[in-house]
Amino acid sequence: MPSITNPEVAKPGSILSGPDEMREFPDWFRDQQRAAWKQFELLSQPTRKDQAWRFANVSLLDLSAFKYGDTLSETERATILEQSRGLKDVSGRIIFAGDQLIERVVISDQLKKRGVIFQSLERALVEHAELFRKHFMSQPAKLGSAKFAALHQASVTSGTFLYVPRGVEIELPIEIFHWLTGENASAFPHLLLVTDELAKVTVVEHFRSLNEQAAGFACGVNDLVTGPGAKVTYVCSQNWSDKVVALQMNSTMVDHDAAATSLNLHIGSRYSRFESLSRLIGEGARSDLLAVAVARHQQEFDARTLQDHVSPRTASDLLYKNALDDRARTIFGGLIRVEPHAHFTDAYQKVRNLLLSDDAEANSMPGLEILADNVRCTHGATSGQIDEDELFYLRTRGIPVPVAQRLIVTGFLDEVFQRLDHPAIAEHLHRLVEEKFSKITVE
Amino acid sequence: MKTETAAIDIDRGKGDFSYPEAHVRDAGVGLSERTVHYIAEVKEDPDWVREFRLRGLKTFLEKPLPTHWASKDLEAIDFDKIRYYLAPGTEPKRSWEEVPDDIKRTFERLGIPEQERKFLAGVEAQFDSEAVYSNIKKAVGEQGVIFVGSREGLKNYPEIFRKWFGKVIPIADNKFSALNSAVFSGGSFIYVPPGVKVKHPLQAYFRINAESFGQFERTLIIADEGSEVTYMEGCTAPKFNTPTLHSAVVELVALKGAKIQYITVQNWASNVFNLVTKRGLAQENAEVKWIDCNIGSRLTMKYPSVIMKGRKARGEVLSIALANDGQHQDTGAKMIHAADETTSNIISKSISIGKGRATYRGLVHVPKHLKNCKNNTECDALLINATSRTDTYPAITVRGTGNAVQHEASVSQVSVEQIFYMQQRGLTEAQAMSLSVNGFVNDLVRQFPMEYSVELKRLIELEMEGSVG
Repeated sequence: MPSITNPEVAKPGSILSGPDEMREFPDWFRDQQRAAWKQFELLSQPTRKDQAWRFANVSLLDLSAFKYGDTLSETERATILEQSRGLKDVSGRIIFAGDQLIERVVISDQLKKRGVIFQSLERALVEHAELFRKHFMSQPAKLGSAKFAALHQASVTSGTFLYVPRGVEIELPIEIFHWLTGENASAFPHLLLVTDELAKVTVVEHFRSLNEQAAGFACGVNDLVTGPGAKVTYVCSQNWSDKVVALQMNSTMVDHDAAATSLNLHIGSRYSRFESLSRLIGEGARSDLLAVAVARHQQEFDARTLQDHVSPRTASDLLYKNALDDRARTIFGGLIRVEPHAHFTDAYQKVRNLLLSDDAEANSMPGLEILADNVRCTHGATSGQIDEDELFYLRTRGIPVPVAQRLIVTGFLDEVFQRLDHPAIAEHLHRLVEEKFSKITVE
Repeated sequence: MKTETAAIDIDRGKGDFSYPEAHVRDAGVGLSERTVHYIAEVKEDPDWVREFRLRGLKTFLEKPLPTHWASKDLEAIDFDKIRYYLAPGTEPKRSWEEVPDDIKRTFERLGIPEQERKFLAGVEAQFDSEAVYSNIKKAVGEQGVIFVGSREGLKNYPEIFRKWFGKVIPIADNKFSALNSAVFSGGSFIYVPPGVKVKHPLQAYFRINAESFGQFERTLIIADEGSEVTYMEGCTAPKFNTPTLHSAVVELVALKGAKIQYITVQNWASNVFNLVTKRGLAQENAEVKWIDCNIGSRLTMKYPSVIMKGRKARGEVLSIALANDGQHQDTGAKMIHAADETTSNIISKSISIGKGRATYRGLVHVPKHLKNCKNNTECDALLINATSRTDTYPAITVRGTGNAVQHEASVSQVSVEQIFYMQQRGLTEAQAMSLSVNGFVNDLVRQFPMEYSVELKRLIELEMEGSVG
């Protein structure tokens, strides 16, 4: 495979031709993008020998075919607007297609008042440059994708900026939609979320493809800054088309007495890698990391996590569940790191794989690095199949095998959704899982 | 019972001495084709062994250090400053009386007494790279058990050992197995005939004496159908300032229904790099069990493995690691399931003291279309001081629906309440700590042969000295 940054490979409009110089950005931002592009070219393509990419099918990371999105037709725009429905009650909604802002709706009064900023990234970097520069990609990508984080920084043109000031609690979730349109389209979604002291907010991000047969590429970065005593819930509902290659790098900073919860649901894409960094930087901080993957056909879901306990008296709890069918593969590479002096850490990590076919493959690498002594850290990984006794019980109640299997699998996954403590979101995610299973039965 | 306890008093302090070196044969410093030819010459290797060595050298020079995942400390090994072969130039001795006096004195200091022979079936003690003493009790010999050094094995019993030599661990398995293939000398070759159950454990002590000298022993144990054997290996080494390299290769072959148990207590001096490749092959209904204790060395990298190739084969690794100041115990296990109904069990306990670092690195592989394979992994780590460090890096691959795999790990420290309770009963803090740590490993230690468990408890007590207060 030729070097993916070779300019000869880069066709006009290709994402490998460098940052789009046509956009009007402030000079400092443009300089950052150029520097990031140099970084992208400098860093080498990951190989399976890199520990951070162990087991991953790195050959899927050939980006030469992907190009920047074209302008939307009116019908496409109308379809996207019509289909951008997730939860019933939300406080606001923002919709992007191929990194173009399509619509921004502010519904609840809470979102309108008292200094809440809810706008596109390109506006924020002009109007709130100081806040933006302080937090935008302030954490280096530590989990293996430094190269792709650089590509993201060089290529990002839009995204969501959300600032919740001190003491403001936004009750209803805010929804963000990112759509991939057209064949070989690409997107570089970004969410910069900053909460001040004691603020509270829930954000649900939907990743979808307009054309369910189209290949595409998504490379997103989220900065989730949880201020002192704040409470942030982030939910990602990834449902790209089954031909999309997606990389997502999230970093969460949790300040003292703050609580951050994230849940990632993986339904779509050919290969989806999701890196979650959670840094607990203040005493009393807590982070919950949740994920569910429903993998079928040749899908590969690659989750890498780091629970980084920097400060004493912090807690983190990770629960990842995968259900695998057909020839699907999942990879979990997780690490709990307790830095020196981060005493009284309470960290937990659990990954469970449910294998539904003989060709499915689950790889688990739960890791611990403990550099302080007064800690409680445990992790567990299990891989198994549907319990015959459970199946038998359901059959004795007259439930046919396929239905019984589906009940057991959804029940297995629902446990994670329920941890959110948000019935409407849990219901929505459950429905997506059900839809995927009903598709399997039809085929 | 009491006399026996006193007799096996092995500790680091007593191993901390050395005698003037009087090596007859010396391959000089550094590694080249010349060194390999020299070793082959001295050992009167058959041609195929010489070729095997040369291939090993080539592979060793080609392979990079595995520092992309392993400790950067490996870069501290200067391969040009190591002596790869030296031996007293004597044939292995057959009776205790023939063993030179200074070597006898070494054994004395180590607490390997003559009385112990009464209990042990055979003693194969390696002083530097050549076996200086080798004796199998008549009873074992009569059963047809072959227990010889690697050189004798390849020379006198090629029809038995050549078939499996280098097959379980190929030359190119890793950089250090390649190095061993090039310069190996010493080690044990054991063959147990069908149906023979060796009652007493076979035992060998390995020591490093010459400064800057790597020891590259090679062990191959073949248990024929339905046979059983236990092999014990204990190590202490005198302390020297220059890092010393120990890089062994141990291959176990358990044929249909056979059982092999391999026990190691490793207590190298704290400047030794201990980079060992150990792997067992278990055929139908066979069992390979590794009991592995790592107390000494500067850096140990050792992941005993079992390939379960036949139906209902079993693999087990019980591992205890103790890392004190300046030590990194990078240990673990690999379980490769390659047949239906195979089961494996890994239990690892590590203790980090002072600035010590203990790492568990594991691999469990269950490929597709296998049915009813089971693996259980438990890793517990105990941290004694605020500066201690522990890591766990397992990798588990499971394919298919017929198998169950579970992995669990926990990290904790000694409970303050426990220590307080014991102090209240009149124990010093150090005694209480020591007792608590022994309690932590107790359920594993109990599975060891009696004299090893006593020895191990002593070693732990010694290591715990001065870790509190």
